[in-house]
Amino acid sequence: MKLPTLRETATEARLILVGITVLIWTMIPIYHMFVFAISPKEDAFSGKLWPDHPTLHNFEIVFYQQHYFLRDFWVQFGNSALIAAAVGVMTLLIATAAAFSISRLRVPGGRIVLNLALFTYFIPAAFLAVPMYRTMGNYGLLNTSWALILAMVTVASPYAIWVLKQASDKLPVELDEAAVMDGATSLQIFRLVYLPLMIPSLVAIGTYAVLLAWNEYLYAFLLLSNDRDLTLPVALGNFLAADDSPWELLMTTGFIYALPPAAIYYAFRRYMVGGLTAGAVKS
Amino acid sequence: MAITISASDPALSGAPLAPRLSTPQVWGIVLIAPYLLVFLAFVVYPVSYGFWLARHPSSYVALYHDPIFARAAVNTLIFLVIGINLKMLIALFLSGFFVQQRAWIRWLSVIFILPWAVPSIPTILSVRFMLNPEWGMVNQLIFKFTGDDGPNWLNDPTVALAMAIGVHIWKSLPFWTLILMTGRLAISQDLFEAADVDGANFWQKFRFITWPSMQALYLTCTLLSMIWTLGDFNSVYLLTGGGPADLTHVLSTLGIRYLRLDQLNLAMASIVCAMPLVLPLVYFMMKRLSR
Repeated sequence: MKLPTLRETATEARLILVGITVLIWTMIPIYHMFVFAISPKEDAFSGKLWPDHPTLHNFEIVFYQQHYFLRDFWVQFGNSALIAAAVGVMTLLIATAAAFSISRLRVPGGRIVLNLALFTYFIPAAFLAVPMYRTMGNYGLLNTSWALILAMVTVASPYAIWVLKQASDKLPVELDEAAVMDGATSLQIFRLVYLPLMIPSLVAIGTYAVLLAWNEYLYAFLLLSNDRDLTLPVALGNFLAADDSPWELLMTTGFIYALPPAAIYYAFRRYMVGGLTAGAVKS
Repeated sequence: MAITISASDPALSGAPLAPRLSTPQVWGIVLIAPYLLVFLAFVVYPVSYGFWLARHPSSYVALYHDPIFARAAVNTLIFLVIGINLKMLIALFLSGFFVQQRAWIRWLSVIFILPWAVPSIPTILSVRFMLNPEWGMVNQLIFKFTGDDGPNWLNDPTVALAMAIGVHIWKSLPFWTLILMTGRLAISQDLFEAADVDGANFWQKFRFITWPSMQALYLTCTLLSMIWTLGDFNSVYLLTGGGPADLTHVLSTLGIRYLRLDQLNLAMASIVCAMPLVLPLVYFMMKRLSR
């Protein structure tokens, strides 16, 4: 075996230096949250890098809702899950139908609709939030789950349509022609030819919409206000309202809240990276 | 474009009195209708209503006299010009690091993506507690090692804004690094091998091979990131709450602040004021993406 040259060693050393910096930078906030979650109350505020007596007691308090701030934890967890699922399903239905219509059926004006969707996608969601709040009030939907679901579908579908349209365009047009020759109707093509071929993109978009809805804070915070209607991120934000809020419980709840999306993300990472980056940036 | 036009001309194939639309096109309209409904009800109506609310010139006069608005506009520019460019430069550098063929770097890239995979609320709150002047871990450690009290991080507007930018970078750096990595991986290795034969150094390879093939992607990413960052509400609102003394607001949190104060016309007017910043970026992005 040949000894590494000085030059190669220097390169490796530099790479390792960058790697360690990246690792520390990435892990600091997450590690901090984790340490709080496993610290008993008296350790939590002492600035230790590792608690003297690590414990899972905080998780027990959260699971059994044994604190004033946590009395609706499971209801709020359920709200988050239900809203995320509903947004995922509705976005998929609306966006798949629209993408099929624009890309495969070449509906008149489809190009304009696509550009309008793309335009909406570029309007920062925080700017749309103010008029959206009033609109939901006018529709009488304020403080209902529907307000948040519809708002998130509005935010999620432009990108969904755009990515699905790009993916549809890649399917050979001969498939549709062959199906038409065999006497298939448009709906049969949609169901039997189109959907099976689009599954990877559909998984990516479904995951995108579900994560977007689960993670959303601003719209949830504006559109919902009753304690039992809140989603988890808003409940977490409400911890800040009190000066003596129990940080260790807040961090524990935050940790639990962060686990499902992280798991989903890693489970579907292959689809996410392929399906979404292809659409996100086309140079 | 051409395909759409030819397909939308069904009258050519049928008899003049036949229905104007073929069956697939009727289905096309039926299938696109749900999105159009959503678009009309939750984009067109709110936006028009918002502009209608922002129609009074007096709102803009009030904004002009509100020092918080001027401060928020400046903060937004700092966030965009310094924050985004810093982030994209780091992402460009790190994309070069992560394309190195090492097993441990592949593992590190799985960890590196965590900030993007986890929701931002708990991690931002985690940073907020870390920086708490009395009980936060940072100042406790400073006290332990130096015996001095650490700075009051979030009480100084400059430091607080810098921290908000830091949180933003922490959150979105993995995404942009990933995108720039795909750009780097698309460059043919033959070019680098040829450059090695010619004795090019690291910088020359970057200057004459990597950068020319990536600059369009880099520009697209920077603009896209600027547009999205204009709507980054969480990093500022949950870290500083706009404080101290409303000095760290950006335009996205300012609109919500006015809304909370029940000054809806001011909220909408502040958003309308952001449009000269947003629309050129959006126009440019649309031109790039819809080619």
